[in-house]
Amino acid sequence: MTILLSIIVGLGLFFVVGFAGRTLLDAAAPSHHKHMFRDMPLTASFGLAVIAIYVVVAILAPLIAPFGEGQVLGAAYQPWVAPHYLGTDKLGRDMLTRLIYGARNTVGIAFATTALAFVVGSVLGIWAALVGGRLDQWMSRFVDALMAIPALIFSLLLLTIFGTSVLTLILVIAAVDATRVYRLARSVAEGIVVMDYIEAARLRGEGMWRLIRREILPNAMAPLVAEFGLRFCFVFLSISALSFLGLGIKPPTADWGSMVRENATLITFGDTTPLLPAGAIALLTVAVNFVVDWQLHRASGLKE
Amino acid sequence: MEKPVLLTIKGLQIEGRSGDAWHPIVKGVDLTLHKGEVLGLIGESGAGKSTLGLAAMGFARDGCRISGGSIDFDGIDLRTAPESTRRGLWGKRIAYVAQSAAASFNPAHKLIDQYCEGPVIHGVMPREQAETDAVELYRRMRLPNPNEIGFRYPHQVSGGQLQRAMTAMAMSCRPDLIIFDEPTTALDVTTQIEVLAAIRDIVRQFGTAAIYITHDLAVVAQMADRIKVLLRGNEVEESDTRSMLATPREAYTKSLWAVRSFARAEQPPATGTPVVSVRNVTAGYGAVDVLKDISFDIHARRTVAVVGESGSGKSTTARVITGLLPPRKGEILFNGKPLPPSFKTRSREELRQCQMIYQMADTALNPKLRLRELIGRPAEMYLGLKRKALETRIRDLLALIELEPDKYIDRLPSELSGGQKQRIGIARALAAEPQLIICDEVTSALDQIVQEGILKLLDRLQGELNLAYMFITHDLATVKSIADEVVVMQLGVVVERGPKAALFAKPKEDYTNLLLSSVPEMDPDWLSRLLAARGENA
Repeated sequence: MTILLSIIVGLGLFFVVGFAGRTLLDAAAPSHHKHMFRDMPLTASFGLAVIAIYVVVAILAPLIAPFGEGQVLGAAYQPWVAPHYLGTDKLGRDMLTRLIYGARNTVGIAFATTALAFVVGSVLGIWAALVGGRLDQWMSRFVDALMAIPALIFSLLLLTIFGTSVLTLILVIAAVDATRVYRLARSVAEGIVVMDYIEAARLRGEGMWRLIRREILPNAMAPLVAEFGLRFCFVFLSISALSFLGLGIKPPTADWGSMVRENATLITFGDTTPLLPAGAIALLTVAVNFVVDWQLHRASGLKE
Repeated sequence: MEKPVLLTIKGLQIEGRSGDAWHPIVKGVDLTLHKGEVLGLIGESGAGKSTLGLAAMGFARDGCRISGGSIDFDGIDLRTAPESTRRGLWGKRIAYVAQSAAASFNPAHKLIDQYCEGPVIHGVMPREQAETDAVELYRRMRLPNPNEIGFRYPHQVSGGQLQRAMTAMAMSCRPDLIIFDEPTTALDVTTQIEVLAAIRDIVRQFGTAAIYITHDLAVVAQMADRIKVLLRGNEVEESDTRSMLATPREAYTKSLWAVRSFARAEQPPATGTPVVSVRNVTAGYGAVDVLKDISFDIHARRTVAVVGESGSGKSTTARVITGLLPPRKGEILFNGKPLPPSFKTRSREELRQCQMIYQMADTALNPKLRLRELIGRPAEMYLGLKRKALETRIRDLLALIELEPDKYIDRLPSELSGGQKQRIGIARALAAEPQLIICDEVTSALDQIVQEGILKLLDRLQGELNLAYMFITHDLATVKSIADEVVVMQLGVVVERGPKAALFAKPKEDYTNLLLSSVPEMDPDWLSRLLAARGENA
């Protein structure tokens, strides 16, 4: 019964958020982009709305959160009653506060990491495809060698060498992910560099940067965007795996991945609290992929 | 003496889907085909020829639906017949020959395996018999080595042979009706003749009825007993071939007939330093020399047509001039000064002087850039135009190629028709204000009426802007209308060159003669006469 009820409530929320998001965007969008938002599917507007909520929460975390991030407030594993609306964790810290701060840390780091991986990976991949020959061989075989090392072990290695801080964490995961993006970008670009318009641009005397940015990248966007949605979600996993091994985000900084693990024992007692950070990750993942699908649909011209 | 009717189509309507809306492609066409008769369907692209041809099999492409009318094939209503009945007919009693044989054969199977599939599936004959039959039909299609050609893979035989093998395959069950969808459009003129002759003979021998779809009037004149002209999904007129050619009734048909009337005024012999001179160039890929010691000049305000079959080295010559393929020997002079062999070492000014227009406007224009940037980029880059000046220049260029600036400036290439895309290709070349434009088969992907528009535009621009053109083509009709001088190439060698009039009137070399005589003419007896004449010589 409760399961059925929560499904109905969930679906209801989905529609409400979706419609509200679309109406808001439609009203706020500049006039020449209006049709884009009006025609977007409900899933996409839901996704956008969810992402917007996450961003707002992340930015305003210190203002919204009822308590301090690392503040120990009392007994561990308190039930869901005021003032701790979602209970407390195993050290007696407020769960809601931790979730809100977690948005800031986890989403921020994941986004920075994925974005960096994509910029580096796709630019290098397209460059290799464009220049070809020896440079392409050297770079691609080097990337192959890096990819041969299991990602987690490689990240551990790099983090032990360079020490753990949020910055190195971002750089290390981005470097590991960039190899995957490089492979994809290179193979997509291989198909594009043989087109006549690239030949025309080369004969025009265009520089490398312009070729990558204006001639190839727009045409390689669709698969890259799809991959972005996927990679973004994998980064959560990498971060929480590294946190578990003590090389990721250091306590008491809140991070959803480690929050799930820290409170996992509660699940055996039938409490759903540890599932909240997991749910937050899941919801964001779904939202991001809704938006990515929509963009993919538009970019590939499947709308016709 | 009227033969019995095989196929009757009445008031056929076909719709295609775009987004959520259905729009009509074929708007109520009637068609009657008697046994053993060949009907030619002609019209521009988008006229609904292929859609109608497929509908004659009771088939509609993905995204299309037959929305009205009836299709009666020998007493079977193909619109209402169940899928199983139609599948029983396809391949057995109705066969289809596609435009690109190379794309239609399965590259992973031998020709004879693909041949045998139809007869075996339909239970017409067992495998062994089908194999013997295949050899027999290959022989009748005048394929070389009929005994063994079937054991090759599609990539191991030439395009013309593949097209004949496909026709043989269509014949395998001795169908009552074959639909030929532009079977020779992708072939060279010399190859086209062989395929046309083979198709015509085999259709006559077996008394097969055929629908022959093409946009080439001269070809349809050789093949069809009757011709039906289509325009935007409607029938314009229909009559038997000879009276249609002699006395077309409708204005549209007359315009189709007159399309190649455009001819450039005769130019006096050019003097002075040529814009480009190709001097004893030898070039190639890997160990092979594709070009062997070729030389020719192009003067300002003159068009030099480079003609030859595919593989003759026409496009490679263009690659040498543009610097994509540095020559092994020889050099390119531009206004008397040698150009660096590779485009990478040429200065921006040298690159600007020589622009290129490509055959496939689809792949030559970046699909993600708007016309503003496509055309504006060369002007911005070479001439340093900024904001206001650049905008004015883009608008001038659009006006020059006869596209309304306000309407088109912010469009993407996908929002243009084939002819319009090619015009954008021209505008992009003009934006650099070059002295030489290399046109690589610029009209061969276009309809004849659109082709004529492009040729007229190029001719006008040449006069206004003092351009020199190098016009690469395998279409001799285009050469006749636009060239001043002709360079005939075969297997990487310049066979003959000279002024157009002299060359066409009195070709010195056998190969030039062969090439010229292979261009189809409107006369319905042309093919028979040509084959008879060649037969005597052989």
